[in-house]
Amino acid sequence: MSNENASDVKVFDVDTIRKFVELMNEHELTEVDLQQSDQKIRLCKKDLVAAPVAQYAAQPAPAAAPAAAVSDTPAADSANISVVTSPMVGTFYSRPKPESPNYVKVGDSVSAETVVCLLEAMKTFNELNAGVSGKIVEILVNNEDAVDVNKPLFKIDTSQ
Amino acid sequence: MYNRILIANRGEIALRIIRACKEMGIETVAVFSEGDRGSAYLDLADQAFCVGPAKSAESYLKIDRIISAAEVGGAEAIHPGYGFLSENSRFNEICRDCEIDFIGPSPQSMDQLGDKNQARDLARAAGVPVVPGSDGLIEDDSEAIRVANEIGYPVLIKATAGGGGKGMRVAESENELITALQQARTEAGAAFGNSAVYLEKYIGTPRHVEVQILADHQGNVVHLWDRDCSTQRRHQKLIEESPSPTISQDTRNAMCEAAVRMIKNAEYFNAGTVEFIVDTNDNFYFIEVNARIQVEHPVTELVTGIDLIKSQIQIASGETLAFQQSDIPLIGCAIECRLNAEDPDNGFRPCPGLIEKLFVPGGPGVRFDSHAHAGYRVPPYYDSMIGKLLVHQPTREQAIEKMLRALWELRIEGIKTTASFHSKVLRLKEFHNATIDTKFVERTMSEWL
Repeated sequence: MSNENASDVKVFDVDTIRKFVELMNEHELTEVDLQQSDQKIRLCKKDLVAAPVAQYAAQPAPAAAPAAAVSDTPAADSANISVVTSPMVGTFYSRPKPESPNYVKVGDSVSAETVVCLLEAMKTFNELNAGVSGKIVEILVNNEDAVDVNKPLFKIDTSQ
Repeated sequence: MYNRILIANRGEIALRIIRACKEMGIETVAVFSEGDRGSAYLDLADQAFCVGPAKSAESYLKIDRIISAAEVGGAEAIHPGYGFLSENSRFNEICRDCEIDFIGPSPQSMDQLGDKNQARDLARAAGVPVVPGSDGLIEDDSEAIRVANEIGYPVLIKATAGGGGKGMRVAESENELITALQQARTEAGAAFGNSAVYLEKYIGTPRHVEVQILADHQGNVVHLWDRDCSTQRRHQKLIEESPSPTISQDTRNAMCEAAVRMIKNAEYFNAGTVEFIVDTNDNFYFIEVNARIQVEHPVTELVTGIDLIKSQIQIASGETLAFQQSDIPLIGCAIECRLNAEDPDNGFRPCPGLIEKLFVPGGPGVRFDSHAHAGYRVPPYYDSMIGKLLVHQPTREQAIEKMLRALWELRIEGIKTTASFHSKVLRLKEFHNATIDTKFVERTMSEWL
């Protein structure tokens, strides 16, 4: 947002917008849509750069939505939680063979190179590494589940 | 018949295939990129898998992910739609290697017809007129000069691996020929990795008329009449109609029979379109075969009453064609306008973004094929077509009036579309008199747009 626009803003000033952007980053939000009486603001994060956009409704808004969209969003993870996602479409295997124990369980410490699961596609089995070091806090899929690209598989607390 | 099909495509054609499958009792597996995640039409599929980020090359064109999605989803066949992998013979082969049916022709006939030079050879062998041109690829400049003198200027240089108008140049005289050859080769090499070119006579004010065919695995081939796609801009079709208003019934019959001969000779099966250009004397010349279902297929569905997508699925599953040539009528006139998210008042600049309001035209004789809806965000990553508006009436004049009414009724807010452009074209006397050639829009646009 340029400075001359900032000086026209009555309700949303640059500091408020900056706070929203920080909140977006903290809670890993990509889009926030707020409305107060006849003024609206929509903040959209594209790629890795936050691009704040201010829009003003031409007529009075039909019903003022509470400007609390940020806190209405579902509880987001803290900044320490890293989500391991699937890079491919395939079948998730939690263990190397049916009779083996699982690669990891909740509470295990892993390093970036630790194999956390197998992903199978077209009869080839691919080992997936944790990618970060920390403690497994949640496993989001079951053995033999179908997974697709970006499907969240594991939550790892990188502070532990 | 298949229990489950994967649709290796997106947007309106994915929705079209989902509709056909639903009516046939076939379950559907959709794929989507992150750019399409959350699209409403995906909810109509029984399963949907994310195959990658928004960029097509990293999602819809990722053969391994598409195949994995078919395996994980339990699909027995893949419908590739149009564009993307629909004319990729390697993908076709991989499907078959993985024991998944590819809903389309064999990889071999796809390859043969996809090579424009080979396709011309096939046409000649089938007694189908081709644009006078070189017998094969041009080896060197002296050959080019000799051939050009034989066929007569102006000549068109075309890339054998070409498409979308790339690798093409017109040369009006020997002076221009060598430079044009060099430019075409360079462009073709960059766009397709193959700089081989051939020469054709350049037809001055061509009409683009194509014939829809269907062929089963048992060797039966039928045509479903013609479509005229002469209203184009930069080689992109904008308005299509059936039947072509510019050709006589004799020419129509001859073209349709030539198309069937061509397809039989190529041992092609499933749906396909044989494209011709027609000069002002009703001489028609084979250009190429599109070895897939096409965007404008609904035009033919309206005038014949035959569901082409269902036919494709039936053929792929091994069924014999349910109808013979004499069963296929051509009733009335159908017109299609391709609605693109582009601003015709600003050089057709693409206008991706949020559709805030959408009021869809309807009523008798109106068909709207679109995945768009109010609240849909048109992504910037794919082609700009958001829907196809069609009409079907007993006469062409009535169809034009109906289309004007339907375009007037269509209301979209939030993005710009080419609807206003279509309304203007449909009011031109050249459109009514059917004198539009494929360069007409670009040539005259500044006068009436």
